[in-house]
Amino acid sequence: MRPLTLQRLLLRCAALAAVLFVVVVIALKLGAVPVSLYGLGRDLIRVMLGQSSGLSTDYGMIVIDIRLPRILLGIVVGASLSVAGTSFQALLRNPLADPYVLGVSSGAALGAILAIIAEPHLAISPEFAALFTPLGAFLGAAATIAAVYFLGRREGQIDSSTLLLAGIISASFLSAIILFLMTTQIGRDMHGIAFWIMGDLSTPLQQKLRWVLGVGFVAAAGAIYTTASDLNLLLAGEKEAMHLGVDVPRVHLVVYIAASVLTGLAVSVSGAIGYVGLLVPHVMRFIFGSDHRMLLPAAAFGGAIAVVIADTLARTVVAPAELPVGVMTAMAGAPLFIYLLRRRFA
Amino acid sequence: MSVQAAARTSSDAARASSDARLSVEQVSYAYSANPAQAPLFTLEATSFQARPGEILAILGPNASGKSTLLKLIAGALQPLSGRVLLNGFVTHSLSPKTRAQRIAMVQQESRMLFPSRAWEFVLQGRHPYGRPMRFETEEDVIIARNALAQVGAEHLSDRWMDQISGGEKQRVILARALAQQPLLLLLDEPTLHLDIGAQVDLLDALRRLAAENRYTVVVVTHELNLAAEYADQVVLLQRGKSLRIGPPASVYQRELLEQVFQTQLSVEPGSSGRPRVNVLSGK
Repeated sequence: MRPLTLQRLLLRCAALAAVLFVVVVIALKLGAVPVSLYGLGRDLIRVMLGQSSGLSTDYGMIVIDIRLPRILLGIVVGASLSVAGTSFQALLRNPLADPYVLGVSSGAALGAILAIIAEPHLAISPEFAALFTPLGAFLGAAATIAAVYFLGRREGQIDSSTLLLAGIISASFLSAIILFLMTTQIGRDMHGIAFWIMGDLSTPLQQKLRWVLGVGFVAAAGAIYTTASDLNLLLAGEKEAMHLGVDVPRVHLVVYIAASVLTGLAVSVSGAIGYVGLLVPHVMRFIFGSDHRMLLPAAAFGGAIAVVIADTLARTVVAPAELPVGVMTAMAGAPLFIYLLRRRFA
Repeated sequence: MSVQAAARTSSDAARASSDARLSVEQVSYAYSANPAQAPLFTLEATSFQARPGEILAILGPNASGKSTLLKLIAGALQPLSGRVLLNGFVTHSLSPKTRAQRIAMVQQESRMLFPSRAWEFVLQGRHPYGRPMRFETEEDVIIARNALAQVGAEHLSDRWMDQISGGEKQRVILARALAQQPLLLLLDEPTLHLDIGAQVDLLDALRRLAAENRYTVVVVTHELNLAAEYADQVVLLQRGKSLRIGPPASVYQRELLEQVFQTQLSVEPGSSGRPRVNVLSGK
């Protein structure tokens, strides 16, 4: 009998943080423009000391001004999607749940696009404008998960395969509406379409959105973490959790809102990147077990690592051209989904 | 822990007038899919009491309201009228946490989405005693270990829950309920998927635990003979009505059981002095 201790939790998180750091350094180094490790280290230290004017070369500027923000964006997006996926899996008691598979990412993308279309017609103060797209994405995510939840019920109970079908159909339906709106309202913009449907990290983040993204991630992931031990019990069923003292409606509400916030935030800045929320939690569960007190932080680090790796591949494998990052995650995620599906219904 | 012990002692003092721990007072319930329509199922007013260390069995055919009555006792359902008191407190009004510290429920089966080890499963019983995000203490581990030992399942501690037999699993589930350190132990058809040897093992364990730990045990079952053998009191239900409540010898009347279960039976005293039921024909 060896229950999880705070010390073990922190040690494992430190190990994951170290892996993430190594991945980030490699991602900074790789790309169309070659950078030496020495120059990279010197430039990074200068930036941390606030001497960005003293960057060694133009190459340094590329690394610090283009690659680093993109990597940081990938870290937050990957962590958000992965924590959201872990939460949806526990909430819906379905190991195949993931924001993308359930159509929640598509719902968030549609919400974001509607917000972008509506914004010029509404009198919104400039301070609030930065929040408007993520807010639309959050509402889109929350509405989709609610719809999929009700569509996925049979005789009052969530039915695993009905839920997945409801999610896949919703995703396809919402993608059609996205394509329709992108073509008629925003003008045929293939890059924009690829962004919302496949996910892409190449669009630089607006300054104001950085704060929204950072604060939103910490608040939502923190809220989910407060329910970590409740989620462990919810895996055995709502009735059983209730008899073990879990306030089931409260946990559902917290996780539902916070996971929708995470999905909405991630999608509003990077489009619908698929399968991160499916793939990463399973890998982390395989390594660390299914205790959510360990699994949630592990999924956050794992999601960050996975998306940074996927995005580095996306911008290097066909260099100087670039692939949307969602192409890489789907290539890894879809086979895993099929494997899990076969094992589940075998 | 000492605070809780003190709270329990004071509540014990509060109901000093009666030695009953569980008191079901004129409890009724109605279930309807649509409030405008007549209820699909009703449980008529039922009353009984049980003391610490006592085993009470709820018997009856399918759809007689056994599980509904158990949920009402557990506080998971709100009665239409009447109330269920545990040490003087209305079970439905307790917070989920407090309720789980006093009432442990063993369900028919426990399905895990992702497998866990038996010791992790038993430690879940300590959940109602923790704050959010807390980690298990040394005391929790000792309590969980003792709970496993009490049901003779220490050797299963490191096994995966999906790789042990039905009987072993039922013991681990019972150990988790013991780790909750409840006053009231509720079991919903605990012997359903067990062979006869495992059934007897489980009920022997229950009787011993009820005596040692002074639990009040309420068990819903279809097994007439096991209930007769192990229960101190029996509640016989038929279509939402409690027909008779009392010790097995007074409830197990041939005409009554034949009428309730719609089959020909014989009832005679067994070797232990408790009634034995035999099925005479399939009709």
